[in-house]
Amino acid sequence: MIDAIIGPFIEFAFMRRALVGCLALSLGAPPIGVFLMLRRMSLMGDAMSHAILPGAAIGYLLAGLSLFAMSLGGFAAGLAVALAAGLVARSTILREDASLAAFYLVSLALGVLIVSVRGSNIDLLHVLFGTVLALDDAAIILLAAISTFSLAVLAAIYRPLVLECFDPQFLRSASALSSPTHLTFLVLVVLNLVAGFQALGTLMAVGIMLLPAIAARFWANDISGMIVVAVLIAFGASLSGLLLSYYANLPTGPAIVLLCGISYLLSILLGTRGGLVWSLLPRKHLEA
Amino acid sequence: MKIRVLVQIGLALLLLLGASGGAAAAEMLKAVASFSILGDMVRQVGGDRVDVVSLVKPDADAHVFSPTPADAKTLAGADLFFVNGLGFEGWMERLEKSSGFKGKTVVVSKGIKPLTMEEEEGHHHGEEADHDHDDHAKDEHDHDDHAKADHHDEHEVTDPHAWQDLANGKIYVTNIRDGLIAADPEGKAVYQANAAKYLDDLAKEEIAVKAAIDSLPEGRRKIITSHDAFVYFGAAYGLEIIAPEGVSTESEASAQDVAKIIRQIKEENILAVFLENVADHRLLDQIARETGAKIGGTLYSDALSGPDGPAPTYLDMFRHNIGVLTAALSS
Repeated sequence: MIDAIIGPFIEFAFMRRALVGCLALSLGAPPIGVFLMLRRMSLMGDAMSHAILPGAAIGYLLAGLSLFAMSLGGFAAGLAVALAAGLVARSTILREDASLAAFYLVSLALGVLIVSVRGSNIDLLHVLFGTVLALDDAAIILLAAISTFSLAVLAAIYRPLVLECFDPQFLRSASALSSPTHLTFLVLVVLNLVAGFQALGTLMAVGIMLLPAIAARFWANDISGMIVVAVLIAFGASLSGLLLSYYANLPTGPAIVLLCGISYLLSILLGTRGGLVWSLLPRKHLEA
Repeated sequence: MKIRVLVQIGLALLLLLGASGGAAAAEMLKAVASFSILGDMVRQVGGDRVDVVSLVKPDADAHVFSPTPADAKTLAGADLFFVNGLGFEGWMERLEKSSGFKGKTVVVSKGIKPLTMEEEEGHHHGEEADHDHDDHAKDEHDHDDHAKADHHDEHEVTDPHAWQDLANGKIYVTNIRDGLIAADPEGKAVYQANAAKYLDDLAKEEIAVKAAIDSLPEGRRKIITSHDAFVYFGAAYGLEIIAPEGVSTESEASAQDVAKIIRQIKEENILAVFLENVADHRLLDQIARETGAKIGGTLYSDALSGPDGPAPTYLDMFRHNIGVLTAALSS
């Protein structure tokens, strides 16, 4: 049994690299996902995967099919969209979801325009998005560096960020850290997403960021508990997803994300905080 | 007086130019080809009488192509639309309908014997490489039945890359020629002459390709590429093709596929891995890194190169591919 689990990783270097890449992603992305979920920005990942198109298109026009140029362009575009949406949400009556939707649609349309008018018929996003089985040294170092950086920054802005989630008015009145915290957080989100897209493809990058965090909601009441559970779920799903892909011949990215999805469904039913099964059982009568 | 004469001469010249221009424009047939390889073939057969535009440009991937309004406009103004068929152009029917195309569509693969394959497996036609091309359909049938017994979930698709076998290429040319003659009967002699010459060139290239592959040592006739674009080539000329991605570049590889390929490369000492001009090469880089196989070069599979590249025409594509293959596999 142990042989079955460890065997593929001993035999193949690409499996080891995939595991290391997933570990890096599982440490860096789920904590951010927890905060996204709490701030009702869960759909941001999908929006971001489209919003980076004009940046990638401009990178392609300037430097050809260079992944570095396209990723840098994509990061710049994603950052512009995230920051613009954040600023509009803070200074007008619009909330985060509406402002983000508006900006990412504009960005996507701009991207399609640029590609149609000046680009070639290559599907840029298709080329830009990678697969977890093809991580080279540069990609693993990038993922690990971004995870480390994210965790460090998250630790630094933890307290104002938590307060931002639950009582933004109080934070605004008590300190000047409200806007910088929010914007720093957005930078982290875009950084993790763009690096994730480039290394692993959209499905895995957004999937590992959000699904474990959403599942973790049913297992803990405090944020630090949620973060720990999310990281464990992410890594467990990555490991089993890789093994499933190896033994059952399934594509890796979808296998990992589906296992995260299964843990989400199990959490809805059996989670200790709010799981449906527990709420259907008859409760004890209160006794004096 | 003088001015009047000059004006009359000027008008006469204009009329002449207008008439000849009009006549020339009326004569040139407007054709659209779905991708660059077909575009080149139509150009070779049509010559000066046909104005050809390819929708999927050189170095672009037809499997993930998404037509733009400009493409719809191009098609709407065309007389003929040449497509590969066999499921290659998933976007074709919608484009025809939405553009209001009123001309004739020519499916150039009519009459060839298509090969089918199971969608999941990355390694299949290799075993049949020694068999005769004619027996292929029958062997394939048996292979499929056998495979169906093992896998609970086989999904058979037709492999559309028929142009990689020059014998099919010849059939493509005759279909193109007939399509052009049907649309423009006045040019019949020109099309027949061009087609005859091109068929001759294709026959010569076929001999060269067979000779080149035969010159490779027996155990060396195996290659790894990113997607199953060369199965017809392998079946016709005796090369074993192994690929992690399936028939379309849109599919994703599984860890088991990659593991199988790496094991096979290590066991059978396959020397070289070949990139393609339309696919992402990172997965192949990973495989090459882990096995020590070298990157043998870039093969042109689903698209030609630009005019300055090494494979700007269909025949050049074969010449380039053969050069790359023999250089990597004979060392």
